[in-house]
Amino acid sequence: MREALEGSLAIARAVTLARPDVVAAYPITPQTHIVENISKLVADGDLHTEFVSVESEFSAASVVLGAAAAGARAYTASASQGILLMSEVMFNIAGLRVPLVMTIANRSVGAPLNIWNDQSDTMAVRDAGWIQLHCSTNQEAVDTTIQAFRLAQETELPVAVNMDGFVLTHTMEAIDMPSQEQVDAFLPPFEFAGALDPANPRSLGTLVDPDWFAEVRHSHHAALGKALERIEQIDAEYARITGRAAGGLLAVADAPGAKVGILAMGSVVGTMLAGREDLGAEAGQARIIRLRAFRPFPARALRAAVEGLEKLVVIDRAISPGLGGVLGTEVSAVLSTMERAPKVYNFALGLGGRDIPETRYAEMLALIERPDAPRFAVLDADLEKLPPEDR
Amino acid sequence: MIEFRIHGRGGQGSVAAAYLLAAAAFEAGFECQAFPAFGAERRGAPVMAFVRIDRNPILLRAQVRNPHYMIVQDDTLLQIPGIAAGLRPGGAMLVNSRRPADAFAARFETRVVTLPATDLAVREIGKPIPNTALLAALLALTEALPQEALAAALRGRFHGATLERNLALIETAAGLVEAGAWKEKHDA
Repeated sequence: MREALEGSLAIARAVTLARPDVVAAYPITPQTHIVENISKLVADGDLHTEFVSVESEFSAASVVLGAAAAGARAYTASASQGILLMSEVMFNIAGLRVPLVMTIANRSVGAPLNIWNDQSDTMAVRDAGWIQLHCSTNQEAVDTTIQAFRLAQETELPVAVNMDGFVLTHTMEAIDMPSQEQVDAFLPPFEFAGALDPANPRSLGTLVDPDWFAEVRHSHHAALGKALERIEQIDAEYARITGRAAGGLLAVADAPGAKVGILAMGSVVGTMLAGREDLGAEAGQARIIRLRAFRPFPARALRAAVEGLEKLVVIDRAISPGLGGVLGTEVSAVLSTMERAPKVYNFALGLGGRDIPETRYAEMLALIERPDAPRFAVLDADLEKLPPEDR
Repeated sequence: MIEFRIHGRGGQGSVAAAYLLAAAAFEAGFECQAFPAFGAERRGAPVMAFVRIDRNPILLRAQVRNPHYMIVQDDTLLQIPGIAAGLRPGGAMLVNSRRPADAFAARFETRVVTLPATDLAVREIGKPIPNTALLAALLALTEALPQEALAAALRGRFHGATLERNLALIETAAGLVEAGAWKEKHDA
């Protein structure tokens, strides 16, 4: 049923529909409303789960690790420094191949202290071995959260659902909440073959020496690769039940005869679509590619999506200082095997919550037509504010 | 699309006002979007919230830079330089104030209506929270949405005595401004 809901409340209700056995979380801006709402749903008797209040994100991640390893459907949520405090446990969760779901309400990482949205937090744990999905609307965040529970248990991998802090978490908009019957038809009860069982004792997390470590890593890499297909299948299955897909690995909003593309993850995609609409058809429109799966990275789907483009702008909401944009660098790498790869221009936008106006769409398209266009830039940084030696 | 910007101070319910306006738009069959521009949140600090209403799905997620309408929940905020920046030509500003509109209109070169919303709220609901009275007055002035949509949004958020008092408050507030004075043809 369509309702006007704040993103965080909608996520709390989506988690409720998934019938988690255990929820453990520590509040941090801008994830707080998700946890508050889950706590309230539990207190009101609308969500029957073991809600564990913990003293830190390290414990939150440890509790859900233990819960899932014991065979429980487990959920947590965090952001920013909370993700960094979890990071050691996040590597363990994935390395132990424990299926669970986490929402990341994306926020910058300090210093300098900043509570606003970018995607530095999730990029800091890029290599933890989780499935990482990105949402551009609250509808996608709701649908992806429910899908994530099934994806986790079918792949035996943890899934992080990224939604932009404030821009999505604190935005009220119309959201079609699936019914409990639909979610029950889509999401079977939690089953985890690797769960610890006193009747059949096993060890989890033992020392792995050089004779086996490479094989474990290879297998983990292969498991993420195999998840590509599952992400698409599960999205299609969800669409069969609810009438609505969330974008598979990536979604293309094409334009007739497009020679230029814009690729991005998260809520900035909507703003780019609005910028394209404003500019009208005469200006020559860009193909807009919304990347939903960041890990596993859908190299083949991406190469197909950029086919025919001469130039591709990749928007990054996080940077790797000393290199450039994280997403832009990865996209360049996977396109390098193409016969005719588009030339990639990588622009970081909206770091630390800098507002991204729709006019950036036209600005970026104009910029890349210039011969001196930078291949990487923090595009909305006002260099006049900096001393000359830092520009 | 109609765009709104709400200015207030922490504790006055500016974000709640934005959510109520969006919920009212949803009740009236529109697409809606409401979100705050948070600073370091604390009582009394200036806060802003944004609302978009459209017939079509709303793709844009930038802050509202060029509102059609502004609600100012505290007239002392009007001393902040540039507070009305970006207000569209032909736009309008609804200010919570005991002073007459003339006290502000000249400085802002736009249409201004004032309403003593805090006094009304204290009288009707017993709390100095001006947001629902201002929303009712805004809807009366613009006729952008029916008053019943706001009442429905209130029913979704409040219950019991708080709801009843707010329903009485919005009826009073709506009657204190000139109905349809800001009515325009929007593409929403």
